[in-house]
Amino acid sequence: MTDMTTPPSAPPRTSTHIKITAETVDFWYGDNHALRDVTLSMGKGKVTALIGPSGCGKSTFLRCLNRMNETIPGTRMTGTVRLDDRDIYNGFGDVSQLRTRVGMVFQKSNPFPKSIFDNVAYGLRVNGIKDRQIITHAVEDTLKKAFLWDEVKDKLSHSAYMLSGGQQQRLCIARALAVRPEVLLMDEPASALDPISTTKIEDLIAELKGSYTIIIVTHNMQQAGRVSDKTAFFYEGKMVEAGETTQIFTNPQEKRTEDYITGRFG
Amino acid sequence: MGNGTTVLATEQINQVLNNIGDRKKSQGIIPKSLTLLSVLLIAAILAVILGNIFLGGIGVISWEFISQSPAHGLEEGGIFPAIFGTVALVFLMVIAVVPIGVLTAIYLHEYTRPDSMITRAIRISINNLAGVPSIVFGLFGLGFFISFVGGFLDSVFVIADDRPYWGQPAIIWASLTLALLTLPVVIVSTEEALRAIPRELREASYALGATKLQTILRIIIPQALPGILTGGILAVSRGAGEVAPILFTGAAYYLPYLPTQLNHQFMELGYHVYILATQAPDIDKTKPILYGTVLTLLVLTFLLNFTAIFIRSRMRSRRVAD
Ligand SMILES: Nc1ncnc2c1ncn2[C@@H]1O[C@H](COP(=O)(O)OP(=O)(O)OP(=O)(O)O)[C@@H](O)[C@H]1O
Ligand SMILES: [Mg+2]
Repeated sequence: MTDMTTPPSAPPRTSTHIKITAETVDFWYGDNHALRDVTLSMGKGKVTALIGPSGCGKSTFLRCLNRMNETIPGTRMTGTVRLDDRDIYNGFGDVSQLRTRVGMVFQKSNPFPKSIFDNVAYGLRVNGIKDRQIITHAVEDTLKKAFLWDEVKDKLSHSAYMLSGGQQQRLCIARALAVRPEVLLMDEPASALDPISTTKIEDLIAELKGSYTIIIVTHNMQQAGRVSDKTAFFYEGKMVEAGETTQIFTNPQEKRTEDYITGRFG
Repeated sequence: MGNGTTVLATEQINQVLNNIGDRKKSQGIIPKSLTLLSVLLIAAILAVILGNIFLGGIGVISWEFISQSPAHGLEEGGIFPAIFGTVALVFLMVIAVVPIGVLTAIYLHEYTRPDSMITRAIRISINNLAGVPSIVFGLFGLGFFISFVGGFLDSVFVIADDRPYWGQPAIIWASLTLALLTLPVVIVSTEEALRAIPRELREASYALGATKLQTILRIIIPQALPGILTGGILAVSRGAGEVAPILFTGAAYYLPYLPTQLNHQFMELGYHVYILATQAPDIDKTKPILYGTVLTLLVLTFLLNFTAIFIRSRMRSRRVAD
């Protein structure tokens, strides 16, 4: 009853509609049991929003999807995560290859202390692309895709730190897009930004939807409502309820979900 | 009656409060003047030392003094071989200590768990290394580098009949000994620089599919470069002018040639000062040269430091601006 991955009314999905599935995922930071038996599937080309009060494990879950948690010593995970039906933790091979397919944008914009151009080119270069023309072309292409090109085309060699916070965050999205990922994980990508920059990021998400599978963590209920197709509510390390965004917001099955989205706690 | 006691009480309270105020004021004055006094004392001592050296040495400094070799039992001529030897020694030391120190710091910080046995063992060794008196390093250099490593090299590659080629005091062994002495400084400042790099930068790199090695080479080391340079600067400050470690490992009293091979001995400014002050045939006659040598050593050390600081600040500002 609690671990519903699809609402009862939804048609049965075949796995071609599903990009990523997490099955019975448990996660520990040392003794801290941060995720408990989380099962969730995320649709291909769709936007899935993860909501829930602070500390409920949204970021932890998101970071299980590109094995970023492995870089933190003393952590442990059980369960399975599949990308296109392939287990990403067992027999997947190179983790860096996984991460080029599953890109990530962080809460705090974190451009490298390099030029705008080099920021976007970084992912290509570390993946072995050396041809200058290809890189130059891809950088321009990606910046256009992130609607940043017109703002930065005359200062590509300037430090990324000269950009505004909102521009920096869009640069980070462009940087992630440059390696042509299939999935984009976004951890509160607009939480540190002003309303106008936030709108730009949301527009960008709407634009990317379809070509990319997007999973976004947000504290902003309106944002979740605006950008996402599916919403999953987390509470104390458990995935309490997931379903079509409209259904979760208008007709939640669980009392805790309703309490949270109506602002009674969290 | 009751009124009177109240007045009295108020007065007493006021008095106590006033006293507190006075006490606080005087409490403020005493530490302030004490600290100021000690600052002035230090400044005065420094001024006397530097002033004495400057006044005594400036008259001796000339182009001849810094470009010629000592002559006539060290009573005449210049100190060029000692300047050359010092620069060469410090240069070789930096070449040895920076890579080893940086690699050690990277290993400790990036590849080991902070609480593992090996990390703790290495860290304890580094701390103890920093506390060892420099003369002990000199003896270690003699025993380890010259007798053990040099002797081993000589037994494997027989170069010149039966004279030792590597197994004798030489600039390579002296600079390696100095490198050991300054290793903790480089490791500690590199580690500090690594610790200051935010997690987010590493994660951003990993998230783009970079491997750990790529992340270290492309993000972490460039970001830590100012800290690494600081380590280099501190190593130079610590190493230049140290006499004890080179006493047995390569410094020479007087040499008619410059060290052009790694197995040559060399003259060095700090050691030259010691020789001039204690070993010269006529100490009164060598006194001006002694002053000049000390002044040169100071200027050289300052110059080395300033060059490194200059490079570092250039790098910092470039990074902010580029
Ligand atoms: N690096 C870490 N080391 C140890 N514990 C952690 C770490 N990161 C998160 N935790 C713990 O795991 C739990 C879940 O944290 P997580 O960051 O996933 O929450 P969140 O839902 O993203 O919260 P927020 O909305 O505040 O970002 C919390 O109890 C947190 O303290
Ligand atoms: Mg979070």
